Amino acid sequence: MNERHVDILIIGAGPAGLAAAISARECGIESLLVVEREKDAGGILRQCIHNGFGLHRFKEELTGPEYAQRDIDKASELGIEIECSTTVLSVSPDRVVTCVSASKGLQIIHAKAIVLAMGCRERPRGALCTPGTRCSGIYSAGTAQRFVNLEGFMPGKRVVILGSGDIGLIMARRMTLQGAKVLACVEIMPYSSGLNRNIVQCLHDYDIPLYLSHTVTDIKGRERLEGVTVAEVDDKRNPIPGTEIEFDCDTLLLSCGLIPENELSLGAGVEISPATSGAVVNETFETSVPGVFACGNVLHVHDLVDHVSNESFKAGAAAAAYVRNEQHASPMIAVKDGDGVRGTVPQQIRSDTDQPVDLMFRPSAVFRNSAVVVECGGKELVRKKSMILTPGEMALVTLTPEMLNNLPADSITVRIDSSL
Amino acid sequence: MNMTADIILIGSGITGCAVARELSRFNASVLVLDRGSDLAEGATKANSGIVHAGYDAVPGTKKALYNVRGANMYESLASELGVPYRRCGALVLAFDEEDKKTISGLKSRGETNGVTGLEILDRETLLKLEPNLNPEVVAALSVPTSAIVSPYEMAFALADDAALNGVQFRFDEEVVSVSKDPDGGFTVHTARETLRCKVLVNCAGASGAEIHNQLSEEKLTMIHRRGQYYLLDRAAKQPFDRTVFQCPSVMGKGVLVSPTVHGNLLLGPTAEDIDDPLDTATTSSGLSDILKKAARTWSGLSVRTNITNFSGVRAHLPADDFVVGPCEGCPGYFEAIGIESPGLSSAPAIGLDLAGMIAGYLSLSRKEQTVPYPVPPVPFHDMTPEQREQAIQQDPSYGNIICRCEVVTEAEIRRAIRRPVGARSVDGVKRRTRAGMGRCQGGFCLPRVAAIISEETGIPLKEVTKNGGNSLLLSDTIESFLKKGDRDHE
Repeated sequence: MNERHVDILIIGAGPAGLAAAISARECGIESLLVVEREKDAGGILRQCIHNGFGLHRFKEELTGPEYAQRDIDKASELGIEIECSTTVLSVSPDRVVTCVSASKGLQIIHAKAIVLAMGCRERPRGALCTPGTRCSGIYSAGTAQRFVNLEGFMPGKRVVILGSGDIGLIMARRMTLQGAKVLACVEIMPYSSGLNRNIVQCLHDYDIPLYLSHTVTDIKGRERLEGVTVAEVDDKRNPIPGTEIEFDCDTLLLSCGLIPENELSLGAGVEISPATSGAVVNETFETSVPGVFACGNVLHVHDLVDHVSNESFKAGAAAAAYVRNEQHASPMIAVKDGDGVRGTVPQQIRSDTDQPVDLMFRPSAVFRNSAVVVECGGKELVRKKSMILTPGEMALVTLTPEMLNNLPADSITVRIDSSL
Repeated sequence: MNMTADIILIGSGITGCAVARELSRFNASVLVLDRGSDLAEGATKANSGIVHAGYDAVPGTKKALYNVRGANMYESLASELGVPYRRCGALVLAFDEEDKKTISGLKSRGETNGVTGLEILDRETLLKLEPNLNPEVVAALSVPTSAIVSPYEMAFALADDAALNGVQFRFDEEVVSVSKDPDGGFTVHTARETLRCKVLVNCAGASGAEIHNQLSEEKLTMIHRRGQYYLLDRAAKQPFDRTVFQCPSVMGKGVLVSPTVHGNLLLGPTAEDIDDPLDTATTSSGLSDILKKAARTWSGLSVRTNITNFSGVRAHLPADDFVVGPCEGCPGYFEAIGIESPGLSSAPAIGLDLAGMIAGYLSLSRKEQTVPYPVPPVPFHDMTPEQREQAIQQDPSYGNIICRCEVVTEAEIRRAIRRPVGARSVDGVKRRTRAGMGRCQGGFCLPRVAAIISEETGIPLKEVTKNGGNSLLLSDTIESFLKKGDRDHE
């Protein structure tokens, strides 16, 4: 069997894996390998041909493939080895990775450090338990995006979109521009889970109605989809009888949330947070398994790739420091979710950190004119006011080393103060 | 008109496939017709996948006879054909004194039917065996010979074996009418063609009574009884090692919670009488009913890891028994109808019996040699590292993982299409390989599976279907779609 030893193995060559690899190489790691299951690097950005990527990082509006290409070019300039068409089958707690490809067969890779950058997957219909028939014409929004943007095929002509996640919104516009009729975007929550700019640019600009507090209650069609029933829901998300609207459509796209793809992480014994469905990490993005790091959408689902890259640069640098034994044990500060806050990452911070730490989380509801507050033992460390906080946009608050060194307690709490 | 085949068999569910395989051992030409685009598209693809031990059927009925005989054939048949099968045992739970009487009745009924190993377990023993059981349980019937199997994979293997031995299969052939000819043969009109045969065999599942009533004076009414299910991800921790039933009622064996041979968890079925035998929709009331009932078995019930819901329709006859054999007053016409539970368990025995009767009627001789069933390859998912390495060395497409959730390789998908009765649709590939059966439900692999089907079969990509008919995946290429769109606006 093909065996190999590397300092750092990075799983996934999407924006997270590429940034981690670039950063690790720039920190001087020579023995570095990226494995990617698709035949090309770039991850999901390859099919995101719309623009709006890179505003923070490059101060430019790029398409997904353009954004990815910058990192691919940089990686190639740095001589980083990327093995595509290679699927990782397992990761062990002692960092032995088994992967498989047609060209090299089964490979066993021993790594001093691993960066998990596998991304996420879309929630399928089963996760929603939507009743009805099991006809064709029902796709997750990302699958439809791949058919249109990479394969050059339209999945259908009359479209309803369930869920208002960003990919669904982008596909509403894409399908419209391509000649399909998008009849409605249906969201079970009273607010959209997508970015506001996507609501405006992808729905409003094309007169596509957004039905908030509505869901699909029935799916009809024996062979191909023939229609869906949409109904309003009450505050417990149960359909309200008498509010049904029938849509005559041949396509239903699901954009109902993304799930970090952590099956490999679980096999490695990485502790998973129920709030994010991603690994529990410290501020260097190291997981509960020493030498295993996680970044990007496998850690928590982002809405901006710029944030993915930023976090992954840090994870790559931390993996490099781990390989060189530059890390040291130090007491940990636990980061807790308070009122209005879900899934803060990182969940732990070393008390003697010498770098600023970004806390990222999703508000649990819509808050207007409120503030993000970080507290420790009754003492307010930081207060950041905000006009609007919504679950669709990740919130971020930065803590300085000065705030974190010499805290009065061993945990801090992030909460939203909506009493303003 | 010349005979199309000596024997025409209608229906390629588990029963039809079992009969076809047994008929393939005789010197006769056999043609199997199915209205679906693939094998096993009816109740065979949507049932609990249980090989029942035989404690439930009333002694003396055909259900009891074929269940016990069929169940005894399963282990060796599954191993011969490489079909996933596991004797995991079953429990029938009792929650009160009434239930206790029921399970002790089932025990003696089972013993009369010839089921071995039946035992009543007390609460303490039960909770030790299955700690996730509802602690309100008071006793249970333990059925160690109860087993689980992949029902559609069993049908695929039986059909492949039959095809290797000369049986022909034709799909998208809906039988419109059948009639008895003066020469003793039969004429079969399908939506596409007219066919003739000496012997007609009805294994038509939900349509069994319709065909029967065209040939018999004794009319039958079929009740279509739908059963809905939840199927949970195999990554979820299994709460039970055994199939767990509640006490049966007149509507059937009740809601079960059972592991599947692939390591998923199955909850269901409901039992609702419906008008349309093809209505395999799920309903919100049916799904919530399952949750309510399954919670009685499994107190920690959670369907957070649900990956799909589905339903199948049972072919129930009011007499509550199978009809198997020659039909009185219509020589040459044989049938197996009303094959609801325990139909999966009974199929091998029904196949053997019915084929024997037909061979006797036509005075068929046994073939001197049969084509042996090739040893099916171990799925890549279940291979050892050494087996994987060897498989990739022999065929590099084993190194190309198409379905990441279920770890299905390109080689396996191509093989599924090239099997004797091969897959022609995305669902056909899914049921033969498990590609698309995992937690993302084909979100990632669907475009790649569709492309491989197109490549292997020559069907243009935009004509590849989910499961035949008009279940097209794609509308058109983006270029011609735009052009057509422009025309529509003019």
